[in-house]
Amino acid sequence: MERSSPAVPEPEVYRFQEALPPLTAHEATVEANRCLYCYDAPCLQACPTHIDIPSFIRKISTGNLRGSGRVILEANFLGATCARVCPVQELCEGACVLGKDHQPIQIGRLQRYATDHIFERGVQVFTPSPPTGRSVAVVGSGPAGISASAELAKLGHRVTLFERRDLGGGLSTYGIIGLREPVEVSLREVEAVQNLGVEVRTGVELTDREGLNVLLSQYDAVFLGLGLGAVPALGVPGEEAVLDGLEIIEASKVEPWRLKVGPLALGERIVVIGAGNTAIDAATVGRRHGAEAEMVYRRTENEMTAYRHEYEFALHEGVRFTFLTQPVGVEVEGGKVTGLRCVRMSLGVADASGRPRPEPVPGSEFVIPCDTVIAAIGQEKPALAAQLGLALENGYIRVDDGLQTSEPRVYAGGDCIRVRGSASTVMAVQDGKLAAASIHAALSASPVAAD
Amino acid sequence: MADLSVNFAGIRAPNPFWLASAPPTNSGAQIHRAFEHGWGGAVWKTIGAPVLNISNRYGGLTLGGQRLVAINNVELISDRPLEVNLREIAEVKRMWPDRAVIVSAMVDADPKAWREIVMQIEDTGADGIELNYGCPQGMSERGMGAAVGQVPEMCQLNTHWVTSVTRLPVIVKLTPNVTHIIDPAHAALAGGAHALSLINTINSVMKVDLDTLLVTPSIGGQATHGGYAGPAVKPIALHMLSELMCDPTVRKSGVPICGMGGIQTWRDAAEFLLLGASALQVCTAAMHYGYRIVEDFVDGLSNWMDDKGFATLADVTGRSLPQMSSFGGLDLGYQAVARIDPDKCIQCDLCYVACNDTAHQCIDLYSPEGVKVNPGFNVRDGGKQVAQGRATPVVREPDCVGCALCANVCPVDGCIEMVSVPSGRPSVTWDQLTATRPAVTQEWGAMEAYREEAGIEIH
Ligand SMILES: Cc1cc2nc3c(=O)[nH]c(=O)nc-3n(C[C@H](O)[C@H](O)[C@H](O)COP(=O)(O)OP(=O)(O)OC[C@H]3O[C@@H](n4cnc5c(N)ncnc54)[C@H](O)[C@@H]3O)c2cc1C
Ligand SMILES: Cc1cc2nc3c(=O)[nH]c(=O)nc-3n(C[C@H](O)[C@H](O)[C@H](O)COP(=O)(O)O)c2cc1C
Ligand code: SF4
Ligand code: SF4
Ligand code: SF4
Repeated sequence: MERSSPAVPEPEVYRFQEALPPLTAHEATVEANRCLYCYDAPCLQACPTHIDIPSFIRKISTGNLRGSGRVILEANFLGATCARVCPVQELCEGACVLGKDHQPIQIGRLQRYATDHIFERGVQVFTPSPPTGRSVAVVGSGPAGISASAELAKLGHRVTLFERRDLGGGLSTYGIIGLREPVEVSLREVEAVQNLGVEVRTGVELTDREGLNVLLSQYDAVFLGLGLGAVPALGVPGEEAVLDGLEIIEASKVEPWRLKVGPLALGERIVVIGAGNTAIDAATVGRRHGAEAEMVYRRTENEMTAYRHEYEFALHEGVRFTFLTQPVGVEVEGGKVTGLRCVRMSLGVADASGRPRPEPVPGSEFVIPCDTVIAAIGQEKPALAAQLGLALENGYIRVDDGLQTSEPRVYAGGDCIRVRGSASTVMAVQDGKLAAASIHAALSASPVAAD
Repeated sequence: MADLSVNFAGIRAPNPFWLASAPPTNSGAQIHRAFEHGWGGAVWKTIGAPVLNISNRYGGLTLGGQRLVAINNVELISDRPLEVNLREIAEVKRMWPDRAVIVSAMVDADPKAWREIVMQIEDTGADGIELNYGCPQGMSERGMGAAVGQVPEMCQLNTHWVTSVTRLPVIVKLTPNVTHIIDPAHAALAGGAHALSLINTINSVMKVDLDTLLVTPSIGGQATHGGYAGPAVKPIALHMLSELMCDPTVRKSGVPICGMGGIQTWRDAAEFLLLGASALQVCTAAMHYGYRIVEDFVDGLSNWMDDKGFATLADVTGRSLPQMSSFGGLDLGYQAVARIDPDKCIQCDLCYVACNDTAHQCIDLYSPEGVKVNPGFNVRDGGKQVAQGRATPVVREPDCVGCALCANVCPVDGCIEMVSVPSGRPSVTWDQLTATRPAVTQEWGAMEAYREEAGIEIH
């Protein structure tokens, strides 16, 4: 795969590399020895995939890295990605008992240390069970799809994974900035699932109910891990000149040179609209690209959906924040962006979400001069869901406790079912596991059809 | 400020921290530098018969990432020519009249050999002689070191040969590689020793390298047992020290004891003093961190003594000894129970698992709502808020035997306290009980009858 044009100088690529260095062997040993090996540990409970954290850490402390990696990957096939992208402060590390009066164990970095050991040495952790004669189609190769595929393959089912894009991995490959996770890591996970015998077919898109029917006729079950859609429109004049935050992030990962030339070229003064984690990522890419970056958000710091640690990371990267400001139009002169027209806001009474409703301050319009405007105001709901004829809940695919959709042999998981709460990779991984368990139970209960 | 000066069997020093006879005291230049750092004395690396040392010599023990929790050595005595050592000893003593300079020696078990070396040592102006009956490797095969220390008769005879020819104080350094430390100690006293020191190193095989499968230290692919020292040996040294200090013969003799074995901080030093040492020696800690550690030894000990109101070392020495007893002298009526401070508890549940798996199953878990619960979690839960709903361990006091395992595993200082509670049982020692009711030691029936009478319930 050609990831960067030869025209891009090395340092340019380097700017988007993983921000946290790996732990050295000594650091990992000292850190692992700090873990108390709690019984019935809260970190294990707090991890959505319930990795047996005290055990994997203990194995690091005893020098059993292969065993450690196995403990992680058994509970979470995407342990290498999660080690880098999980909001650990909100999950495992947030629950570590040592956080009560001092520093929690750096669980994420230890997890990365152990999983890197596995991948760097090409250790084959799992062997598939004998074939069951059953087959499952998985649509979407994001964390949910890979997790489901891996669990099913381990159980001996024949799995085909369909992905519409060129590379597998979903948002781990295309959406999570390289500062947090390099593309190699998610591609290795795609490879790992292939090593389990999963057939990965990229460039294949499921587009309608017809397609789903075809899959149902060829496979015993279907798992949908479709993720979400594109960044929604802002609905302001000059919209055409606004860049898509997800595309910018994607380019920074797989083709950094595209941020220099062509339609995605970034200028020197970037304004990012939105205040979620994606907006922060886009602004960070802008900073690493060498531009000034400013984020505008219509409410205040308190209502921001980005995690506190993400906000702090952005401040550390030198991103500026302008709160209580709503964009109302993009100023374009001769095809070039010259500024973002905004209006000041003030906080009113609470709205349905419980957050104070921002209201425009009359006559407060002003222009933030800039040469690039990036929108990162979330992702659209999965558009395909409606066309598939499945029951929806609030625009997302409706599933029961076993992650089955309204259609008996069709299951779904990941962002496309995340009606409540903020979506994350580790939750998608857990969905993949739960769905695989339900599918396996259903397949085991029904006899194999004679061919 | 507390007075740390020492008069140990006539050997004077400004403080009780002396370097033990070992690599840190191998040469005049080294001891000169050590004294500049403030050490109160030094026991010269053992001199005596000609030897050759081999390479390599040390194996290290790492525990939980902490290096050199113990060292093991296959080193012999000084391999520098005797004349060189003697000349340097004299030089050092001349330059440092106020510090204790003691010469450790080891020769063949022969009165002439001892007489000769004692004369040479006296000529250096050194303050005392330490007889090395300890080295467990190399020398013992030649009939010296531990070969003497392990046989009381030899110990007495050799000591006598020395004490009868010298006017210097003679310290006998005991080997811990015996089953009963009192026997060689008595022998040393019978031989006229003016003081004792302990412990020398303990026989050990340090480890096997899992990559190469070689025993460490590997001397060209071969290995042998070596002497074990460092922080890991401290409890053994404290035991032997207290055994000597509680022995009537040793007490009556009034000989002082120089304690060593695992002293790494002033706190360890204070423990040795409290259990009866009048001076201290240090080897491994100096080998690990260099001579500079003595600064905190002196400073820390003196601050602690000031805080406690101890003016001199004599106020400290032996102060904790009256507590030492034998099992038969302990009060069977005493009862302690573990009590957890819920405000300090961080809910690691290590006490719970320890008590449940390996003690007396008397810690329960209670949810924040006060309901008794079992360990476990819901697979659909996640996020740091799970920590809020976490159960808290509570000791079921009536069932607690007071074994103190939980208090030992709890990672939070002062979180689990062993509290003494009225037991309702008669206060009686095993010795008293068995003297009045010999049957309880012979028959379970008699024992049960006594238990019932005394109200002792065993779960
Ligand atoms: C910018 C950004 C940053 C993020 N940062 C983090 C973070 O730091 N930490 C974290 O935990 N989470 C983060 N997330 C969220 C996380 O990436 C998602 O929750 C996670 O990837 C969801 O996994 P998924 O498998 O459900 O969907 P996706 O990762 O979106 O994967 C869906 C896959 O399905 C494919 N697909 C979709 N429709 C079809 C079709 N019809 N036919 C074939 N293939 C199809 C897509 O091409 C894609 O590969 C971030 C998200 C974004 C957008
Ligand atoms: C490398 C090494 C060499 C030693 N050599 C001698 C020696 O020559 N004579 C001696 O009496 N003791 C020798 N010892 C024992 C020490 O003097 C001391 O008794 C022992 O190390 C315990 O003290 P520590 O725990 O502070 O090290 C040696 C110890 C070590 C570690
Ligand atoms: S997967 Fe994520 S939440 Fe779970 S232990 Fe690893 S880093 Fe923590
Ligand atoms: S909560 Fe912290 S200390 Fe306890 S097991 Fe987990 S990582 Fe270790
Ligand atoms: S060991 Fe200590 S801190 Fe841990 S749960 Fe028990 S009392 Fe609490």
